[in-house]
Amino acid sequence: MPPTDEIRVAVNLRVPDDIVRARQAGRDAARTLGFGLADQTRLATAISEISRNALHYGGGGQCEILGRLMNPGREITVTVCDQGPGIPDLDKAMTPGFSTGNSLGMGLPGTRRLMDALEITSQPGQTLVVMSMRRRGLR
Amino acid sequence: MRIPILKLGDILLTSIQSDISDEHALMLQTDILQRMDQSRARGVVLDITSLDIVDSYMARILTETARMAQLMGGEVVITGMNPMVALTLVEMGRELLGVLTALTLQQGIDKIKDRLAILEGDRGEEAPNAANG
Repeated sequence: MPPTDEIRVAVNLRVPDDIVRARQAGRDAARTLGFGLADQTRLATAISEISRNALHYGGGGQCEILGRLMNPGREITVTVCDQGPGIPDLDKAMTPGFSTGNSLGMGLPGTRRLMDALEITSQPGQTLVVMSMRRRGLR
Repeated sequence: MRIPILKLGDILLTSIQSDISDEHALMLQTDILQRMDQSRARGVVLDITSLDIVDSYMARILTETARMAQLMGGEVVITGMNPMVALTLVEMGRELLGVLTALTLQQGIDKIKDRLAILEGDRGEEAPNAANG
């Protein structure tokens, strides 16, 4: 597929298979925009983590992938939202070590390491995760 | 879609061929343990060559499966991890600690055979049904 200037994909997160759909859509978008294999994998993995949180903790939500070519370079932004109870202690959830044990952590510190930026706003009824990856240069 | 598990002598052989959901990963875990119990095969080679994403959930399933198999008196070797998957897991801080791995299926089979031979030696007798400890 030839590179396109802009890609917008939205995946509803209702059942576990939707996590697979969301991460594959992310990989496809990254590949189409010309991101390398490592970045494709980082992005798909990050989408998988955050989408699962939206499904498990938020009771379902939506994942929107927005990618665009710049001149030169490429950028992809993923927004995942849910209308669940919110993350009670966001600082704690973002602390490395808190969620990396064998428990059902949210995997937020690990996800942040895969992306260039990750921002979370959360309150009862609305959790919003925005994460992005940007690469300058031709490839 | 159930993932087939083949028996090759004293070894179970299974391969994840595509990106699978959490539910299917959990189902495979149960299937492997049950098949070990039924077939008395103590070695398991789990090939993940085709898996292009391993997130923290899948990493946990893999690690736990290996631990569970050890509790039963067996061993699991995970083979063929995609280089980008290895890169991502290390960056995330989610390494498969305590899990035996091998680069290829063949090396995995060799490794599990060595491992089973060591286990036999430790017991000092041929006792495939012996419980741990």
